[in-house]
Amino acid sequence: MYNPQLTSEGALKHLLSIEGLPKKNLLQILDTAESFVGVAERDVKKVPLLRGKTVCNIFFENSTRTRTTFEIAAKRLSADVINLNVNTSSQSKGEAILDTINNLIAMHTDMFVVRHSQSGAAHLIAQHLPDNISVVNAGDGRHSHPTQGLLDVFTIRRYKPEMHNLRVALVGDVLHSRVARSEIHALTTLGVPEVRVIAPKTLLPNEVEKLGVQVFHDMKTGLKDVDVVMMLRLQNERMTGAMLPSAQEYFKTYGLTPEKLSVAKPDAIVMHPGPMNRGVEIDSRVADGKQAVILPQVTYGIAVRMAVMAILAGGTA
Amino acid sequence: MKVLIKNGHVIDPKNNIDAKQDIYIAAGEIVAVGKPPKDFSPNQTINAKGMVVTPGFVDLSARLREPGDEYKATLESELHAAAAGGITSLACPPDTDPILDEPGLIEMLKQRARKHNLARIYPLGALTQKLEGKALTEMCQLSEAGCAGFTQADKSIIDTQVLWRAFEYAATFGYTIFLRPEEPFLAKNGVAHDGELAGRLGLKGIPSAAESLMIATILRIATETETNIHFCRLSTAEGVELIRNAKNNGVAVSADVSAHHLHLTEHDIAYFNTHAHIKPPLRTIRDREALCRGVADGTIDAICSDHTPVDDDAKLVPFAEAEAGATGLELLLPLTLKWANNNQSSLADAISRITIHPANILGIKSGHLSLGANADIAIFDPEAAWQVSADNLKSQGKNTPFLNTEMIGKVHYTLLNGHITYQNKTD
Repeated sequence: MYNPQLTSEGALKHLLSIEGLPKKNLLQILDTAESFVGVAERDVKKVPLLRGKTVCNIFFENSTRTRTTFEIAAKRLSADVINLNVNTSSQSKGEAILDTINNLIAMHTDMFVVRHSQSGAAHLIAQHLPDNISVVNAGDGRHSHPTQGLLDVFTIRRYKPEMHNLRVALVGDVLHSRVARSEIHALTTLGVPEVRVIAPKTLLPNEVEKLGVQVFHDMKTGLKDVDVVMMLRLQNERMTGAMLPSAQEYFKTYGLTPEKLSVAKPDAIVMHPGPMNRGVEIDSRVADGKQAVILPQVTYGIAVRMAVMAILAGGTA
Repeated sequence: MKVLIKNGHVIDPKNNIDAKQDIYIAAGEIVAVGKPPKDFSPNQTINAKGMVVTPGFVDLSARLREPGDEYKATLESELHAAAAGGITSLACPPDTDPILDEPGLIEMLKQRARKHNLARIYPLGALTQKLEGKALTEMCQLSEAGCAGFTQADKSIIDTQVLWRAFEYAATFGYTIFLRPEEPFLAKNGVAHDGELAGRLGLKGIPSAAESLMIATILRIATETETNIHFCRLSTAEGVELIRNAKNNGVAVSADVSAHHLHLTEHDIAYFNTHAHIKPPLRTIRDREALCRGVADGTIDAICSDHTPVDDDAKLVPFAEAEAGATGLELLLPLTLKWANNNQSSLADAISRITIHPANILGIKSGHLSLGANADIAIFDPEAAWQVSADNLKSQGKNTPFLNTEMIGKVHYTLLNGHITYQNKTD
């Protein structure tokens, strides 16, 4: 089947989703990212791989955090970076996405980093670009957030290198989460034998087991003997209503406390894509505890995004 | 004007004709099939050798986009597309701008269509004012103005009290109500079948139960109020089963399916292909097979095009924001033939699904070649292959999930009232 994110030779052309990203390409990104981890620790935190290139961070949906990490990654590769919050400019005037993109192409942008509230937006843009321009999906609706998925498996690989021997649990709002979908595909692509999701039925997509996961509805059995716990963010608007009765009940049933975590393996690591809702999906004692690797995730996120951009620009470290 | 159609293979399901015969037309009517009438000397002779000659097709749902959406399509462009598809009668839903809920609008539309003289159009009036599901429309006056029935198009009535009253009122005068069964709360903001693919792509799903729940509700109220109900665009296996049981229990209902749903599934969305964003959503292979079987065993009476021309701009947006619908007038015949071929159904059975059955549902006199009937006729080559492309479609809407695929079955002539409205010029 036609794969929009690869060239006919199988090289990465766009990064749109982890689904459909072959293991070979995924490993190439992770291995390249390893070589960028050291860059940040140097006095001069820059490499010249994208010198003279223009990267446009185009965010149709606000996210200071993700945009900043992409900006830092691009700048460490010596690219010129333009940040555009379309939410507050032309989209509110009714300009179509592709018109916005065409204007930026006319200004000779080399790479787009795109976030949009609608699933499929990055695919749409990728299909309408000239051949020499790449798209990095920085999150599209509920569909995909591939760099987050990549940085998560990069982090896991650093702490638990034997991927083929892991038990991983994702906890929380899988239904609305592009992060969860990306993590699941990244884990299964790398051969993690057991991926679990733990959530109430209201927060799981229909037929979620077809993604290759085991479904649990309670933390005690779901977290039993796992090596990695990946928490998902619960959006404020879902905390009360028809999805869940209250944030407090959610914390009681699915919030990660030291007690609930105690059934996991003693050396299990705890991850969260941020920003965290302390006291809703995670207890501060866990978030700040010694099993948490939440801040290393952020650090590695820069290296992984550098790797993606470098590979798309045709270079390596 | 006298016309002779000779050497063709005539299929007229209503009259059980399935044989090589000649058709004789005078003054817009069929005057003989088989033997020539006395002293018949044609002004025009069409040689239909190697072709199939059938009643002109009757389409239960075609959006012509007038009034209001002329930038998507016009009466003129779409009636030419209908003629090119062999369609001579079509019902059009009221979800135009303004909505067809006043007699004056119906009269204007009918009059404008008559001027083009390319197909008979049968507007379906809005069942409730502005399709809001609150207040009834003036059904008697709308009927007098030319409405063939009443519908909510893609909007469901939320208030079951209003639904009940609307059924009672329509039943008083014997009008047929055309409803696409969809429970509006379960379907809210949904854009794809609530299944594996929607889960993977992160699209909001519409569960199959949205259809079956609404069918159950409508069937119950229709039975209580003795209303003629036609179910539009079935999409689920459960829905087909409910209709089958109702028919077996003697409930007088009918149903149709869009030609798209007999061939496509949720997987045709692939990487967010907005051409596959249609209503109701494309569902699973199991559903598609149940729909195909439903047509074969007569649970589903008719196949329609559900023609919905959409402009490029409204499709060049993220999937969920794309306007739903696909162009279909020119694909109705080949997709119906493909269904027959895939399901070992006879050509006559296939033709009945787009002629006499939909005509009976609309309560119109078309869809057959009886003596004295209007000479509305389609002549097509059932073996001819052609490629679906923007250039090959007469419709202003080029939006189809079948773009660049091959179709078998090509209309060569279409006649309305005995005059040629379309002739394939490529051969």
